[in-house]
Amino acid sequence: MTTFRKKFALGISTLSILAIIISGCGSNTGSTNTSNGASAESQTNTDQAQNTAGQAKAGGAVRVAMTTEPDNLDPYLSAATDTQSMMDNVFDGLFEAGENSDLIPAIASSYQVSDDGLTYTFTLKQGIVFHDGSELTAEDVYYSYAKLSGLNGQEPLSSKFSSIASIDTPDDYTVVIQLKDKDAAFLAANIVAIVPKDYEQQSEQPIGAGPYKLAEYKPGQQLVLEKNENFYDKEHAPVLDKVEFKIMPDSNSAVLALQSGDIDMIPGITAQGVLQLGDGYTVVSGPQNMVQLMALNNSVKPLNDVKVRQAINYAIDKDVIIQTVAEGNGTKLGSNMSPAMKMYFQDGLEDYYTPSIDKAKQLLKEAGYENGFDLTLTVPSNYQFHVDTAQVIADQLKNVGIKVTIKQVEWSSWLEDVYNNAKYEATIVGLTGKLDPHEVLGRYETNYAKNFFKFSNSDFDKLVNQGKTEIDEVKRVDLYKQAQTVLTEQAVAVYIMDPSRTVAMKGNLQGFKMYPVQKYNFAEMYYTE
Amino acid sequence: MNFKQLFKSKPLVIGSSLIGALLMLMLISLFYTPYGPNEMNPSMRLAGPQLTHLFGTDNFGRDIFSRIMNGAQTAFLIGFSSVAIGLVFGVLIGAIAGYFGGWLDEIIMRIIDAMLAFPGILLAIMLVSVFGPGLNNTIIALGIMSIPSFSRIARSGFIQYKEFDFVKASIAKGAGALRIIFYHILPNMVSSLVVATSLRFSGSILAEAGLSYLGLGVQPPNPSWGRMLNEAQPFMINAPWYVLITGMVITIMVLGFNLIGDGIRDLYDRKG
Repeated sequence: MTTFRKKFALGISTLSILAIIISGCGSNTGSTNTSNGASAESQTNTDQAQNTAGQAKAGGAVRVAMTTEPDNLDPYLSAATDTQSMMDNVFDGLFEAGENSDLIPAIASSYQVSDDGLTYTFTLKQGIVFHDGSELTAEDVYYSYAKLSGLNGQEPLSSKFSSIASIDTPDDYTVVIQLKDKDAAFLAANIVAIVPKDYEQQSEQPIGAGPYKLAEYKPGQQLVLEKNENFYDKEHAPVLDKVEFKIMPDSNSAVLALQSGDIDMIPGITAQGVLQLGDGYTVVSGPQNMVQLMALNNSVKPLNDVKVRQAINYAIDKDVIIQTVAEGNGTKLGSNMSPAMKMYFQDGLEDYYTPSIDKAKQLLKEAGYENGFDLTLTVPSNYQFHVDTAQVIADQLKNVGIKVTIKQVEWSSWLEDVYNNAKYEATIVGLTGKLDPHEVLGRYETNYAKNFFKFSNSDFDKLVNQGKTEIDEVKRVDLYKQAQTVLTEQAVAVYIMDPSRTVAMKGNLQGFKMYPVQKYNFAEMYYTE
Repeated sequence: MNFKQLFKSKPLVIGSSLIGALLMLMLISLFYTPYGPNEMNPSMRLAGPQLTHLFGTDNFGRDIFSRIMNGAQTAFLIGFSSVAIGLVFGVLIGAIAGYFGGWLDEIIMRIIDAMLAFPGILLAIMLVSVFGPGLNNTIIALGIMSIPSFSRIARSGFIQYKEFDFVKASIAKGAGALRIIFYHILPNMVSSLVVATSLRFSGSILAEAGLSYLGLGVQPPNPSWGRMLNEAQPFMINAPWYVLITGMVITIMVLGFNLIGDGIRDLYDRKG
C-alpha cells in the first residue's frame, strides 16, 4: 500500500510540474503587440462617473505594470519601445508628440523653415534647467544632435538625422540646422531627447529636462520616477509625486495585482484581462498606430503574380480575425497606414477586397493556379497574437485550395531570415507606428534596405520620393494617400488590423491620453478625491 | 506470473485502465472525431462544456474534445517513437560499454555522463532550436534525450551478468560476443527495461508537452496537448474548463504510465 501512495505522490508532483509550467514561464500575450481594446473612448462605469466629477488631488504615486525590463536608460541607445515610453517622461525634445500626429513645441518655442526647405531655425525657451540644475542652452542641443547625426566624428546614433549637413548656434537660444537634401520627415524627428552637454553617464543616471527625474532603478524589480519641481512648463507641470514602473512579465499576475490594489495601472491589458477586472476601473482603448499584416514575398512564385496576391486578399475575412484573435478590439485596415495617423490616413481602402471565395478562385484560375498551391507562413513564435492570426488565415485559405503550413520561428531568426534577408514566402507581423508617413511607407521603396516585401513599383517610388521632399502639407498628404492606394491595388500584403491598445487604470486616476506613438504622459495625470 | 497476480496489483490495474481509455480515444480519433480538430467556428468561441461540445470550445470555436482526441495521436506517436529510439540506441550503447568494459566503457560512459549532466528538456530545446521545430525533430530530440538513462540501466545489467557462470560457459563453448549479448544476457534484463520504458513514456510525453508549450514542438494548427495548455492560459479565469481539461488529460496520461511502470516493478520485485 505504501508504494501505491508513492505513486500518487508521483501523480501529484506531475500536477505541480504542470502548475510550474503554467505559472513560471510567463506569457507572451501581455506584450503591447497583443493588447486589445475597442474604440478611442474611455468606458467608465457608474462609480467612475462620480469620480470624474470629483476634485483633482495634488500628489500621489502611480504604480504601473510593465512587461519588459528596460534595455538601456540612455535615450539614444535604447531600442525598446517600452523603455522609450517610460523614459519619455524624463526627457523632453524640441517638440513632443501630440495626440493628433501633431508636434507640440516643448524645449523649442518656435521654428522657421527657409523657402528652399533646407534651413531650419529653432528658437529655444529660456530658463529651462536639466535635472542636475544646469541650464539648457543651444550648446546642449548642438551636443545632442551632433551625437545623433554623427557630426561629432563618431558613429551616428540615428538614421533620422543623417540628412543634417551642419548645425549652428548663433546665440544661447537659437539653433540653425542645415540639411543636405530636402527632407519633410525631418521635423517629426525633433521629438528626440535633448541631453546635457558632455554628460556621458545616461545609461547609469539619466539626466534630462522632462517633467520627471529618475529616482531609482532596480533591475528586475522597478524603475521609479520622481516629480521634477523645476519643470519649465508651468502649465503642464506634473501633479503626481511619483511614478513607479513595476516589472511584471506575466499579464495574469498584473491583472490580479491591479485587483488587489498593488498597482494602479496596466498599459496594454488583454481583452480577457479587462473581462476579469470587472467594474470600478477606467479602461481606455484606441488604435495604437500599428499595422498588423500578412506580408507576402513579392519576388517568389506564385506570389509574384498580382492576381494571386489579390486572390489571397479576397479569400481572407479580416472581420473574423478581429473577432477571434483580437476579441473585436481592432480596427480593420486596407493599406499600410493606421487611422491613428489621422490626416495621412486614406479611408475606404479597408473594404477594397470584400471577402469572396468565388472572386478568389476566379483570380487563381486566371493566374493558372486553379488547384491552389502550398504556402509556408512563417510566424514569430513569441507573439501568440500573430500565431493565432496565422491559424485563422490557414483555415480561411484552405477554402480556396491554398494549403498553408505554419512555421514558427524564434524572434531572432525571424529578424535574420525574414526581415533582413527576405527568405520567406509569407509572414505575419505588426509594424509599429511612426509619427511621419514617410517612415511608415518608405519601407516599400524599391531601394529601401529592409524592403522585405521585395515590392518594386516605379509609381509608388515616385510618389513617396515626391512626398519626402514636398514641404506643402496638403500636397504631401495627397501623395502619401495615393501611395497607400497603390499598395492596396497591388495587394503587396494582406493588411489586417490595427490591434487596439487598452489601458486599465484605477477608477480615480484621471488624465490619461492616447498618442499615435506609444507614450504615457504622466505629467497630465492626476488622482481625484 | 498469472493474470490473478496482475489484477492484484492495484497500480497496474488503475494505470492500465487510464492508459487504455486514452488509447481508445486515440484509436477512435483515427476514424471519427465529433468535429474536425482544426475546424473553426467563430460564432461559438469559448463556449463552456455542453452536450454539443463535451469539453467546450477554444478561442477559435474549435471543439476541445475533438482536439484532445486528435492530440492523443501526437502524444502516443511521440511517446512510442522517442522511447523506441532511446531504447534501441541506449541498450546498444550500454551493452557495448558494459560487456567489453575497459577504456571503451570509460569513453562511452563519460559521454553519457556529460549528456546526463544536461537537464533533458534543455538538451531537447537545444536540438529543436538547431534543427527546427516540427513533429519529426521533436521525436528525434526526445529520443536522444532518453538515451542516457537506458544505457546506464543496460550497462549495469551487463556488468553484473557477464560474470555469471552461464555466460562464462557460453564463452568457453566459443560463442561470439554478439550472440552472448543478445541471446544470453539481454533476455535477463527485460524486466528492468520494461519498467524503465514505461516510466520513460511519461517523461517523453511531458517533455513534448513542455516543448510544444514553448512553441517548439508540434506546429499549429495541429493539436498537441502541450500547446493547447499554452493557448488556454490567457483564458484561465474566464474559460477555466479549457486549461483544466487539457491539464487533466496530460496528468492522466503521465500518471497512468507511472502507475504501470511501478506496478510492473513491484511484480518483479516480489518474484525476485
